Amino acid sequence: MDINTNGYTFLYATIMTLIVAVSLAAVATGLKPMQLKQEELQMKQSILASVMPKPDKAKVEDLYDQSIKELIISPSGKVIEGVLAKDIELRKEYKKSESDQQLPLYIYEKDGKKNYIIPLYGAGLWDAISGYVALDESKKTVAGAVFDHVGETPGLGAEITKPWFQDQFKGRSLYDASGKFVSIDVLKGKGNDLSKSNVIVDGMSGATITGDGVEDMIRKGVKSYLAYFGKKN
Amino acid sequence: MSEVAEAPAKVREPLLSKKNRKLLSDPMDENNPITIQVLGICSALAVTTQLKPAFVLSVCVVFVCAFANLTISILRKGIPPRIRMIVQLVVIASLVILVDQFLRAFAYEISRELSVFIGLIITNCIVMGRLEAFAMANKPWPAFLDGIGNGLGYGAILIIVAALRELFGAGNLLGYPIIPQFMYDMGYMNNGVMVTPAAAMFVIGLIIWWQRSRKPELVDIS
Repeated sequence: MDINTNGYTFLYATIMTLIVAVSLAAVATGLKPMQLKQEELQMKQSILASVMPKPDKAKVEDLYDQSIKELIISPSGKVIEGVLAKDIELRKEYKKSESDQQLPLYIYEKDGKKNYIIPLYGAGLWDAISGYVALDESKKTVAGAVFDHVGETPGLGAEITKPWFQDQFKGRSLYDASGKFVSIDVLKGKGNDLSKSNVIVDGMSGATITGDGVEDMIRKGVKSYLAYFGKKN
Repeated sequence: MSEVAEAPAKVREPLLSKKNRKLLSDPMDENNPITIQVLGICSALAVTTQLKPAFVLSVCVVFVCAFANLTISILRKGIPPRIRMIVQLVVIASLVILVDQFLRAFAYEISRELSVFIGLIITNCIVMGRLEAFAMANKPWPAFLDGIGNGLGYGAILIIVAALRELFGAGNLLGYPIIPQFMYDMGYMNNGVMVTPAAAMFVIGLIIWWQRSRKPELVDIS
């Protein structure tokens, strides 16, 4: 058979496309449950990691079920019933108008003390960044933070996932000395003097935009919860 | 099928004959995809800030390169010449998507770490370059070896560059501190330039220089 004819070329392309499409779709569908499971596990691990040293993957499920309570609130401070936290995608919520938003809040309780864990979503340099910030009982001081990213550069923006960057949020305040909500400022460059203020953290050399993304993400994320926190007090 | 019937008449070439071994070893040195063929420079600049992602990416490229070469070599007599590049690209893209999906289901952490770079294997010139230059004209087994060889040759450079950049840029290897604290106390500082992509260019340049000064016959090849 002549492989130079138009008929052969079209036939070849059609059959090839069919085979590839069907087999890739089959693989993707077949692996979907495992991928979703992995994602959920990763999410629970991150939530727990904001209040304790990163737990082992095998222990995540049990620990999460024991110690985390999920709550859905609206930016106006109301508690919303009948929605599950795992069904909420922050990316989509942020696109809605404020009155329609449904935001998950994770409450971690140990020895009678509560931590409030707020999910975060924002933009880095190349792609989305996300994370969890845990507040202590006073809801004004950070008890811990974890960040994750989709496409930041390893060694530069991807440093936000490293302990040296995340650990410095611990103990930092979201309120300035006069009691105003200012959120946390990620400084430009690394090696800044952090002793002069309690609302700043050190940044990353060569990743100022990612640092700014983290800063905006925390400010925007926490702000929506202030009404709820205010009501409770 | 006809090929199998013919085979006993000819003297069968051993699977790892000298010629076939050369397919594996050549890309490591005299025909290295990065330093001699100058293919795949883009990812060599982007993923080499740290050793671990560079290593995993190398493994993925070896896999994609070998199986794309094998598939195209098996199909080579039936591929319509006018759409051969598209066929090659479809094969590469399918393999890369497979790798990505499997990593996501079974090695979620690594898949997160490599993020976009897995997808970018599709645009890695090495894979397509080898399909066009070798797999289209050779039998499946040599093509498969050529794929592995080129993947390894690419990976070797990637790992050398990544090790140097992580060591001098962050003082670590695989995330573990290597340069002792007393060096920092004495005034040693990590070199910030090594974290930037430009540093990869310098390092690759140094490797090319070293390789060619050792073997002057390589100087005019590329």
